[in-house]
Amino acid sequence: MSIWVDANTKVIVQGITGKQGAFHTEQMLAYGTKVVGGVTPGKGGQTVLGVPVFQTVTEARKATQANASVIYVPPRFAADAILEAADAGIALVVCITEGIPILDMARVKHYLAGTDTRLIGPNCPGIITPGACKIGIMPGYIHRKGHVGVISRSGTLTYEAVKQLSDRGIGQSTVIGIGGDPIRGTGFVDALRAFEADMDTYAVVMNGEIGGSGEEEAAEYIRTKMTKPVAAFIGGQSAPAGKRMGHAGAIISGGKGTASGKIEALRAAGVEVALTPDRIGDALVKILSDRGLLEKCRED
Amino acid sequence: MKIHEYQAKDLLRAFGAPVPPGEVAETVEQAAALAKTYGCCVLKAQVHSGGRGKAGGVKLAENADEARAIAGKMLGMRLTTHQTGPEGKLVRKLLVTPAVEVKKEFYLSVTGDHENAALVIIASADGGTEIEETARTHPERIARVPVSAVEGFKRYEGLQVAGVLGLTDENEKELLSLLEAMTRLYQEKDCSLVEINPLVLTGEGHLLCLDAKVAFDDNALFRHPELKELRDIGEEDPREYRASQYDLNYVSLSGSIGCLVNGAGLAMATMDIIKHFGGEPANFLDVGGSASKEKVQAAFELLLSDENVRAIFVNIFGGIMKCDVIAEGVVEAVREMGISIPLIVRLEGTNVALGKQILASSGLQIIAAESMADGARKAVEAARRGGDRV
Repeated sequence: MSIWVDANTKVIVQGITGKQGAFHTEQMLAYGTKVVGGVTPGKGGQTVLGVPVFQTVTEARKATQANASVIYVPPRFAADAILEAADAGIALVVCITEGIPILDMARVKHYLAGTDTRLIGPNCPGIITPGACKIGIMPGYIHRKGHVGVISRSGTLTYEAVKQLSDRGIGQSTVIGIGGDPIRGTGFVDALRAFEADMDTYAVVMNGEIGGSGEEEAAEYIRTKMTKPVAAFIGGQSAPAGKRMGHAGAIISGGKGTASGKIEALRAAGVEVALTPDRIGDALVKILSDRGLLEKCRED
Repeated sequence: MKIHEYQAKDLLRAFGAPVPPGEVAETVEQAAALAKTYGCCVLKAQVHSGGRGKAGGVKLAENADEARAIAGKMLGMRLTTHQTGPEGKLVRKLLVTPAVEVKKEFYLSVTGDHENAALVIIASADGGTEIEETARTHPERIARVPVSAVEGFKRYEGLQVAGVLGLTDENEKELLSLLEAMTRLYQEKDCSLVEINPLVLTGEGHLLCLDAKVAFDDNALFRHPELKELRDIGEEDPREYRASQYDLNYVSLSGSIGCLVNGAGLAMATMDIIKHFGGEPANFLDVGGSASKEKVQAAFELLLSDENVRAIFVNIFGGIMKCDVIAEGVVEAVREMGISIPLIVRLEGTNVALGKQILASSGLQIIAAESMADGARKAVEAARRGGDRV
């Protein structure tokens, strides 16, 4: 088992004829993801890598019964692409695009609240259930099938964490990049709740960073609702206040969103916090050993 | 993107907000001439920073002669506020504006409430230069009224704000119209902040925006070409500006270890681990997920242009970006630029063996790191030993 995506997930690629879209479609197909169609307005009827291209998401969904979409369109069209997927009834929309105007995302977020669509991202690496389905831009080979859920705001830091787990013989149930923007679809708590409910996930690793209050909310959820052990890392401990660290959401403002505040909240919730990014795997191993779960997490 | 006070006031005026008259002077003569027109007036240093008043960047002049003397001192000075850092900011422009009799000062702003995907009006009856102090010591004196990003500003939200500020009758009407202007400006121009501090009640009993600060969402600038000319490159860190030309995410810091990393999260984590081992990062630098050789080269140029840098730490987790491509970029950059300070490279991920081989067989002085921690430790050591640059 896993959360949100599995071997039966049927994916369409919005922006499949673009450079990024085509490249990652190839990568996803190579991983074994069921990419059943693509959408690029004006290019309906063509095929890319053997995948049929449609004019609209609705058309693509009717023809393919897709239940997920991944978005690789430029920032100025991305909000529109998310709404189109939601209107077509796609259950899971993964938006990779970075640089979407914040007011666009505010409106998208409100619109989605009235639908059954789950959005992951934007500005994220995507979601992967190792060995079953990869939707996004992460390198597939570092992952290993298993029982630890991973949630992260960043891309390469997620890969770093995943590799540390795989190197220690610990596989992953599902790995989710929730994205570096201040307004995002799926948050830490949504993902934690899903992992808590997933029978096949025994523990969770979360990578947070400065800015916003998602990690504090996660700490509160873990403290009050979560039975599974959690290890964490918070990036930006050395970042100065008032400066945006690459991610639009990674900024300490008005004394809020500091790494120390987040670390404190997570520790108070019983989370094992790694102080340096090379210790994420060790932090997980420690809490798994403490709970007697290490061997179980090394099984396939 | 930040803009100057005078530009913010022009925008607010265009959206119907009550803003005092005023013009920009770039010379002493211009300042004196404006003072002659206005009589008693205020000269305000135009730099991208708050806290200008306390730092001596806002002065009252009774007449043209005084204005001439003040402008002579202010133009060309470096203004050091709590936001500028010790080096301060060069004052190149003054806003000259008539003095106003002030009965009361308020704080009023519109910004993003990201947690709720909304806008929020922030208001306080304790306006003026002490607002940051008030926020710390008496947060209950600062009211937050959410505004929907879909529906926009509504009258009852304004009435709530009026209650907080204690404004009634004519002033309440003025406030509603000001809030309408501020929220409309925020939404139409994709702002990240519209701040009036202080908003004042004048001697004649009217509301007036005595100071204004406006900032924009960089991601939305593509749909506002008219805002591009408001950008003042002279106010930006020169290296950060150059980085933006190459589409590199760079933030200037004050340490001695230059960092070159792919991905914002890993770049932040790299700074953290350097600090953990007792070093200080010179910068945050994310070269992005698809860095070309040209980008890597531009990144090295940036790092080397910082004279505080004593060692460079390249930390790459190649996902889609392959380690061999990065290694080639690094080797080429070093060959062309002749880097004379220690260079520590940690590669991990796709094609890592090939990447390491390219570095090893290059014949260049590149210190290979086995892990992120190993690299950080080596960089800290090298920077400590480094001393003077050749």
